[in-house]
Amino acid sequence: MNPLVEIRDLKVEATTDAGRRVEIIKGVSFEIAPGEIVALIGESGSGKTTIALTLLGYTRTGCRITGGSVCVDGRDMAALSERERAKVRGVAVSYVPQSAAAAFNPAQRIMDQVIEITRIHDLMPPAEAEAKAVDLFRALSLPSPETIGGRYPHQVSGGQLQRLSAAMALIGDPKVVIFDEPTTALDVTTQIEVLRAFKSVMRQSRMAGVYVSHDLAVVAQIADRIVVLKGGVIQEIGATAQILSAPKHPYTQELLAAFAPPGRIPAQVTSPEGAAPRPVLELTSISAGYGKLQADGTPLILAVDKVSFKLERGRNLGIIGESGCGKSTLARAIAGIIPPSSGTIAFDGKPMAPRAQDRSADELRKLQIVFQSADTALNPAQSIADILGRPLAFFHGLRGVARDTRIDRLLELVHLPRALKHRLPSELSGGQKQRVNLARALAADPGLILCDEITSALDTVVAAAIIELLKDLQRELGLSYLFISHDLTTVQAICDEVAVMYRGVKVEQLPADQVGKAGGHPYARLLMSSVPKLDPSWLDKLERDPELVAAFAKR
Amino acid sequence: MAIDAANTTTASQRRAGYRFNLTGWISLIVILTWALIAILAPYVTPHGISDIVDTDYFGPMSRQFPLGTDYLGRDMLSRILFGARYTVGISLAATLIACCIGVTLGMAAAVTGGWFDTALSRFIDALSSIPSKLFALVAVAGVGSSIPVLMLILGIIYTPGSYRFARALAVNVNTADFVTVARIRGEKLSYLIRAEILPNIIGPVLADVGLRFVFIVLLLSGLSFLGLGVQPPEADWGSLVRENIGGLPFGSPAVMAPSFAIASLTIAVNLLIDNLPQKIRDRSE
Repeated sequence: MNPLVEIRDLKVEATTDAGRRVEIIKGVSFEIAPGEIVALIGESGSGKTTIALTLLGYTRTGCRITGGSVCVDGRDMAALSERERAKVRGVAVSYVPQSAAAAFNPAQRIMDQVIEITRIHDLMPPAEAEAKAVDLFRALSLPSPETIGGRYPHQVSGGQLQRLSAAMALIGDPKVVIFDEPTTALDVTTQIEVLRAFKSVMRQSRMAGVYVSHDLAVVAQIADRIVVLKGGVIQEIGATAQILSAPKHPYTQELLAAFAPPGRIPAQVTSPEGAAPRPVLELTSISAGYGKLQADGTPLILAVDKVSFKLERGRNLGIIGESGCGKSTLARAIAGIIPPSSGTIAFDGKPMAPRAQDRSADELRKLQIVFQSADTALNPAQSIADILGRPLAFFHGLRGVARDTRIDRLLELVHLPRALKHRLPSELSGGQKQRVNLARALAADPGLILCDEITSALDTVVAAAIIELLKDLQRELGLSYLFISHDLTTVQAICDEVAVMYRGVKVEQLPADQVGKAGGHPYARLLMSSVPKLDPSWLDKLERDPELVAAFAKR
Repeated sequence: MAIDAANTTTASQRRAGYRFNLTGWISLIVILTWALIAILAPYVTPHGISDIVDTDYFGPMSRQFPLGTDYLGRDMLSRILFGARYTVGISLAATLIACCIGVTLGMAAAVTGGWFDTALSRFIDALSSIPSKLFALVAVAGVGSSIPVLMLILGIIYTPGSYRFARALAVNVNTADFVTVARIRGEKLSYLIRAEILPNIIGPVLADVGLRFVFIVLLLSGLSFLGLGVQPPEADWGSLVRENIGGLPFGSPAVMAPSFAIASLTIAVNLLIDNLPQKIRDRSE
């Protein structure tokens, strides 16, 4: 059988603002057979999306295809004129973007947008297109397929919108569909539904697919073959089972190793005399939320509802839950950014004021928060030395040489070269920025660091390195972490105990290794069973209690 | 760690350069020339500004008087060169008053929020609801025209726009995590404004300063044209147009020259803002 897609020695160049040309795809070749799903996997910047977009004959602004060919169904997309490419897009090749929310026009009904392709290419009359769309909605197991098209994008959930954008891509009966990280922004319980829907539709229609992702476990469920990319070069191509069980290339092995970080050895920090360990942080029935306070003293939208826990010195507590469960609000309430409406926060046994403004400098110093996105957490206009120097001057009154020495020491602690201190944040990589972000928290000499999804925006390998760093720092400095994440494996790698949150309520708190085991809270079990495994047959074998799913998953 | 290390290139290679196009250069040169003339006016004028040097009025361009003479037979070139002092000086002072007050208050309102923001914003809204030219006319008519009064009035008129602009920008920056981090570190308002907000909005703010300068030049020229601006015998470019309006039927250069001066300055500032040097971002590697 002739391959449906044949990419030969593809080269893509980008022109930087300085006019310098950089080759970002360096001679990539692979092919896709009809009905086959090929996954492109790699860290950010590896060129996986760039390659996928060349199938549409498209390159992002500033980039262009400089060599090789991209034959899709006998036509070389690299050589076609823009007008000819437009004829192919949506009919022979179509695209499912990462963020469906950004891909839909909020001012138009969903149905009009889903059948737009049939209108542009004049494929079929609108009534027929709508009937076909409804069939697709049903195939993608969307709720109330007959009427969902009449809604506006903001009236459906994120997982539904992602499936609707797949319907949009499939309506023109393309031969190849490009999925660009379609489940990355979704919660795990939602991700399963979307993956299942994609898989069954692709199987039925015998379409070929390109699935771009950084998540090996997700790719394992859906792809027939995997292409591992790094720096615009193919590292390894192989059948899914081979890549997962017998990776040949060292980089693939590294990726797999990063996926299953070693578990944490439970902390031995217990008071030797058998006295009760002193909790570093103790929350007593904390409630917090947004909007005006109502008559009974609760905010209009309650995001955290009467959460209590104790965290002992030198130990780590993980908080997991899906988006909207209130875990980030809880961190902000502890830090005093969103003052809790009721309940008390005690630090080192002393109660703290709810608002950060009312806390003493020492209380503020001992409790540091590190945010998810280092891009917005570091002032883009300040050099690294200024960013780290300010808390040193502010909390410790350090000046001049003493401060510079301390900055060097901090950079050393987070394993960054000293030369970096003259750079601006935009001149660092994502992993480096997150290290600076951590170093700034360390500059205050804290007792407890609240880590709010600090590894979520990072590539697997980089995230694993950050987790290792956190462990090192804990050994050296005797810190405690409150580690917030949606990712159980990350949490298990660093925490002694894990609290599961659902809709603002802490449903369960267990030692890390017992989370999700039988006997726990049903939501915790559902959450844990939804985390994709590297086993390619995991999705097909997975059976979830329909009642549980109905009760907890937002779909 | 391996990935981090791969990104470490020499610092010198990353020191970004700036790109500045031809239009930008030309307009910068025009602006600098006028600024230089404003500073050095007494030394570069060929004749005294009040000296009647020609027997004829509305004299044509000649070797002796390159821009002709005005309605009293004074040298037009000297008067324009000296007028630059008033036009550029008063406008610059008014712009600085407007932007310093406006930007500072705007950032403070965005960072503080709450009732302070609401009260200040409503007050500024009230101020900006008064038509600017009318306000200027009434104020000048009431207090009398002098250079400090003109600076102050023009400054006050353009403060609300500057406030709104800076506040809108600062509100965006204020939501960024790094401001939250600084705030829960216990930083004071002045630090938040100076170190966290201002450096991140300075680009658009400077562009706004330039634009506001142009508006002020035009309003000042308008006021002077109406006889409420700079008073004789001194004259800014607006008053020069007004004084010599009688020369219009004769096609006298005395009317045209100051108009061209106003146009050259305002257009140059506008073009400069649109073509400010762009930092070359080169983050690949």
